[in-house]
Amino acid sequence: MSASAPVAEMAPLELLEGSTAIARAAILSNCRFFAGYPMSPFTGLLENMAKLMPAAGGVCINAESEIEGVNMVIGAASTGARAATGSCGQGIALMQEAVAEAALNETPLVIFNMARNQQDYFQCTRGGGWGDYRTLTLAPKDVPEAVEHTQLLFHLADKYRAPVILYGDPLIAQTRVGVRLAAPDLEPLPAKDWALDGTMGGTGKSRQVWTWAMGKVTDPGLGPDGHWRAVADKFEMIAAAEQRWESAYEQEAETLVIAFGSAAKFTEYVVDQLRAEGHSVGWFRPITLWPFPGAALAEATRSSRRVLVYELNAGQMLDDVRQFVHDRDTVRFIGGVSIHESGLSYGPLLDAPVLRDRILAAMAQPTER
Amino acid sequence: MSVINTQTAPTGPAQKVAEFHTPLILGEHGLCPGCGEPVALRILLETLEELNLVQRTIGVVGHGCYGSFVRIMDIDVLQCLHGRAPACATGIKRMRPDTAVFTLQGDGDMVNEGLQEVIHAAARGENVTCILLNNGVFGDTGGQQTATTVLGQRTKTSLEGRDAEQHGYPIRIADIVASLDGAGYVARGTVNTAREVMRTKRLIHNAFESQMAGEGLSLVEILTMCPTGWFVTAPDGPDYLDSSLKAAYPLGVLRSRSAEAN
Repeated sequence: MSASAPVAEMAPLELLEGSTAIARAAILSNCRFFAGYPMSPFTGLLENMAKLMPAAGGVCINAESEIEGVNMVIGAASTGARAATGSCGQGIALMQEAVAEAALNETPLVIFNMARNQQDYFQCTRGGGWGDYRTLTLAPKDVPEAVEHTQLLFHLADKYRAPVILYGDPLIAQTRVGVRLAAPDLEPLPAKDWALDGTMGGTGKSRQVWTWAMGKVTDPGLGPDGHWRAVADKFEMIAAAEQRWESAYEQEAETLVIAFGSAAKFTEYVVDQLRAEGHSVGWFRPITLWPFPGAALAEATRSSRRVLVYELNAGQMLDDVRQFVHDRDTVRFIGGVSIHESGLSYGPLLDAPVLRDRILAAMAQPTER
Repeated sequence: MSVINTQTAPTGPAQKVAEFHTPLILGEHGLCPGCGEPVALRILLETLEELNLVQRTIGVVGHGCYGSFVRIMDIDVLQCLHGRAPACATGIKRMRPDTAVFTLQGDGDMVNEGLQEVIHAAARGENVTCILLNNGVFGDTGGQQTATTVLGQRTKTSLEGRDAEQHGYPIRIADIVASLDGAGYVARGTVNTAREVMRTKRLIHNAFESQMAGEGLSLVEILTMCPTGWFVTAPDGPDYLDSSLKAAYPLGVLRSRSAEAN
């Protein structure tokens, strides 16, 4: 299943840093409000937004804190504008209350987690706010895909009236690659008749954006019980409708390597190398981290003798793999915590030769099946 | 000395002194007897009507007793997180610069949880009007100390009265905001007498005019009665306010960009 938002092939190929490409993709998606607090490697995206937004007729605010930034974005989005914020996982930790609030009061937000590594998988997929909510999270493997995902996320945020996350990393934020940028061509969405514009005051039909959805004394809303059940039902519907993944050789390979984001790009490369040498190996990449493509993973691992999980953390996606894999006994973790000495990027574990050695070592072990 | 003759039976039916009714209030407020917040809401909504802003106003309401006003005010409203109203109002106003945007916040909301939001919004000169309902106590949770509780005031978390040595000093937020270059209009009023209600309404009026003139952030701090949270009877509320809050928070206009220009 493809994650692609269609992009016009005719757009010129440009050499752009990921942060610039993502900022331009957001503006092409009609994002007109951005607020963020500098934090590496997210800073580049904020700087690009500050540079590009005024010419697009939009607003970029260098917020005084992540908490202020995300709440500004809730305000902007409540008027119907397309709005976004971002940080790395450390700053998004501060935003958790507001992310939950946006999920429960149904304001569409796009959150760019230009993360330092892959340790934010739980943060993205489980969240740290209160209430029954989820955040749809796309994990691009490189800059061109991050551009597609950016455009798709603004669409999905509006479609579902929910906060959504792009899970990037330093390689996506700071690498220069050739990309094509064009306005996205996605299905039309209904007008935002819920958005606040001030025009309905005094008519008895003024609008509310309210987590508790109590409505007015003259026109009661669903209230917390009814509204929060409706929101939970919505996330269940998103979970069924929006799973995205990609895989190769899964039906024929003894060993299947599971990875997401940049780690998946390295995995594709190493698997191709190993296959050329005659090894029976394939790969599976969740593109949506939530909703996790569980049924697809179960199907892809039906005949696998080894399922290797490669992620740059202590084993977070591992939980989801174990939940859905065809046979839990086939799962081996070959990732780990690996941080650059600056603390701002990946350590030596994100490297093709290292990954290759770990896959080969795992393949040398006897299997359960 | 009473001007009403109570020595003889009334000669006619009881009459209200005035009919306070704005069509923007859709129902009963449901707050405690003697509360000052519904009075503040009424003069706020009356001001919007008088300035002909009703169909171009967006309110941002924080968390406190006044949160229940969302159910009875016929105005577009974002009910936001505790303390974050000035940040949300920023996003709203920047995207809809032709609207009148106000926040409705209590002292717990603005001066405790959201101190940073209001100061930064003022420093940025956001063209929004922040209405602070300051009663010096957490009313919604039953009478605990806030950042504006005055020295000597008894609360459930300062049982013997707020003591500077133990609990620190109250914050005069309007004075802080008035010191910022991004603020266009800052004033403090109260609603404990009919005269002060009318004066405070004029302050709110000025604040919205300042906002619509693009002068920067406007803030009106309104000292409100909370007899329940002060542990006094409802009729004692107005006098208690005079002796406690009003003594610590002098009334008046603290900053007015248009007045400076004249």
